[in-house]
Amino acid sequence: MTDTLRSDLAHLFRRAGFGATAAELDAAEKVGYTATVAALVVRPSVSDPGVLSTPTPSFTVQPKTAPLDKTRLRAESLELITWWLDRMVAATNPFPEKLTFFWHGHFATAIYKVRSAALMVRQNELFRSQGLGAFDALDLAVAKDPAMMSWLDTAQDIAAHPNENFARENMELFTLGYGNYSEDDVREAARCFTGWRYNRADDVFTEVARLHDNGAKTVLGQTGNFDGSDIVRILTHSTASHRWICTRVWSRFAKTVTTDPAINALITTYAAQLDVSALMTATFLSPAFLATKGQLVKQPVEYVVGALRALKLRPDSQKYLAVLRNLGQVPFDPPNVGGWPFDDAWLTTAASYTRLQFAQAVAAKGDISAVADEAVSARSDAAARLLSVDGWGTQTRVALAQVADDPVALMTLALCAPEYVVN
Amino acid sequence: MPRTMSRRQFLISSGVVGGVALAAGATGISMHDVTKAGKQTPLAVGTKIIVLVTMYGGNDGLNTVIPYTDAAYYAGRPELAYAQADVLPLADDLGLNASMVGFKKLYDAGRLAVVRGVGYPNPDRSHFRSMSIWQTGSPDSPQVTGWLGRWLDANGADPLLAINVGPVLPPMLAGQKCAGAALPSAGGVALPDGRYGSGLRALDAVSGESAELIQRVAQSGTDLFRVAATFGPALAVSDTTTPATPAGNVLAGQLDVVARCIAANAPTRVYSVQLGGFDTHADEKGRQSALLGQLDAAVSGFLTNVGAGSHGSDVVVALYSEFGRRVAANGSQGTDHGTASNVFVAGVGVKGGMYGDQPSLTDLTMDDLKYNVDFRSVYATLLEGALGADAGQVLGSGTFPRLAFL
Repeated sequence: MTDTLRSDLAHLFRRAGFGATAAELDAAEKVGYTATVAALVVRPSVSDPGVLSTPTPSFTVQPKTAPLDKTRLRAESLELITWWLDRMVAATNPFPEKLTFFWHGHFATAIYKVRSAALMVRQNELFRSQGLGAFDALDLAVAKDPAMMSWLDTAQDIAAHPNENFARENMELFTLGYGNYSEDDVREAARCFTGWRYNRADDVFTEVARLHDNGAKTVLGQTGNFDGSDIVRILTHSTASHRWICTRVWSRFAKTVTTDPAINALITTYAAQLDVSALMTATFLSPAFLATKGQLVKQPVEYVVGALRALKLRPDSQKYLAVLRNLGQVPFDPPNVGGWPFDDAWLTTAASYTRLQFAQAVAAKGDISAVADEAVSARSDAAARLLSVDGWGTQTRVALAQVADDPVALMTLALCAPEYVVN
Repeated sequence: MPRTMSRRQFLISSGVVGGVALAAGATGISMHDVTKAGKQTPLAVGTKIIVLVTMYGGNDGLNTVIPYTDAAYYAGRPELAYAQADVLPLADDLGLNASMVGFKKLYDAGRLAVVRGVGYPNPDRSHFRSMSIWQTGSPDSPQVTGWLGRWLDANGADPLLAINVGPVLPPMLAGQKCAGAALPSAGGVALPDGRYGSGLRALDAVSGESAELIQRVAQSGTDLFRVAATFGPALAVSDTTTPATPAGNVLAGQLDVVARCIAANAPTRVYSVQLGGFDTHADEKGRQSALLGQLDAAVSGFLTNVGAGSHGSDVVVALYSEFGRRVAANGSQGTDHGTASNVFVAGVGVKGGMYGDQPSLTDLTMDDLKYNVDFRSVYATLLEGALGADAGQVLGSGTFPRLAFL
């Protein structure tokens, strides 16, 4: 594939979504790159057929006072994870799901501690509905989100002995980045969140005045009788936060960096109103973005969802969850508040092995007619088209040629090929 | 952070990778002769093997090794403190959490070393930065490589010498020239042969002409063939003499994989396993006891298991966490991030007992314990005593007094 526009569009669909079909690239070529970005970077559409066919499951909050029903939690967790994977596979516009997945990794919250599918899906919907708005509003909504409050223990904060968990991770991971705050800032910010309560019995958030520390606090050099909302405003509007959020977006959607001239341009766009929509659009329209082809490693969820979309399969079996577990990335179950590792951390021998097992299964089960129907000599290129890969390197061509007479074997190797494992 | 820092340095030093990081670059790794991989010299009896257990989240050392006669302990955390009657006494007025019955037996048998007050200068209370410091062995400045990655680099750069059980490699196993291999935490490793197998090998043949990232994907595929040849048979065998893994104990499952590799005389000298969930800011007592109970069952079961084999006297298990927790409880029946804590070292060849000094609970820095043993002293002792390595090559020129547990 030498066509530059088509190659650029394929890159865009890999990063803003989970890869593109040939038909999607055909359609995008007709409207051009900029219009394709504009069509992708939107809130989820209520009329998206993929969204309509995968309605959000509804669970009820189980009061914490009642003994935890572990059988129910296990069944609901399974339903929840399978639903989201299916939504990612089915959505016609993949970007809202990709962005939701980005925020899930950013504000990483795990069901093993929250122990409620109802609260986890509510947080997930929060990322979906507010993830493209202003970041200060998003961080505040997350701070008051029951799943987050239970994950980082804000729901139990009292003035006498503040709990530092949320205050610290909100600075280190969610808003500022490591090194942009002091230990004193953490302790002072923790005092600001005191009195916030979430009660599972009646499922409401309250600010309990008598539990709130009303003294003066100093955070990032500003002093006042701040509450949690004030802290979110102070943090998200700081220049350190502008840099942190733009660097995080660039590192996940374009290329892993600490600093890059491309980020400075994004900061200018973002800082005006903390508008995530403007930031995402600027990211995909940045000339530097198009120079990052093949420079990230697909995350396991991207890898699995992308392959299922390409081969017209749905995550209808628990085997796919086992694959994700063996690759180290199950939605709603990040290892800790720092989220998942990224980029080259996924390149291990154990992951290679799991990818091989997955590739064998989906190549045998999926629709590979676009490859099988081609003449033997044309199948390698057809596999590249099917998987939204620009083309194969010399080693991969040699390998694919060895098995080109067997379309399932060829697709298995193509799914394990380095050119497909990177993004 | 210096502007010149490379992407890889960032990965390790930024710490936002959740305590795990990269596999090292393919550059510098020689092509391995796959056909010879399965015929390596079996590990000789008497060659020591280290099993590192990482406890992610910051385990509360004061409720693990409990100073049950210290008034400051009870004053600082009245609702969280364990009464004297509820601890398993060891020595020096210290006792183990009641869930650690297996560790108590190991201590009484002289096979458990408790190193107290372990930490480093200017303690960092970020999980991710502190874990990065422990895993790179470099508190002063961000490091590109893990401490065992540097040991790999200096000892033939063979990824099979250090194995992580689980799909993601911890940064301690990432070197400049080589990174440790990763084994699946469950099930075997069996690769297809025939045309499929040769196709896969062709796919993963590392070509210097490709982009670096492409080469590294290929290298992990190539290394997989050696992993499969070396460990595949051991992991495939369903061994009815191995005690059943306790249900739901993930650490026990990982250690079962390690035990199988050791029993098969795998050439590996270092194994890495992990257990998370120790970040107990709220409702700590029940949560931590359950985790320590899992840890205790997994590790003592593993030592019993390998003890019956020919390498029973060779295995040294070391357990650490990124920091301990604050002396005073918070208002949520939990504790916030702290500093110095305990390291455990266990095994038949370990000289059990107490090492280091118990930190004062009243002479504190920013409400937290002062360390008196640099964690690199523990590393230096393991490197020299178990791996026969040059500690200076791995840890640099600092003075790290060796401890007597090995």
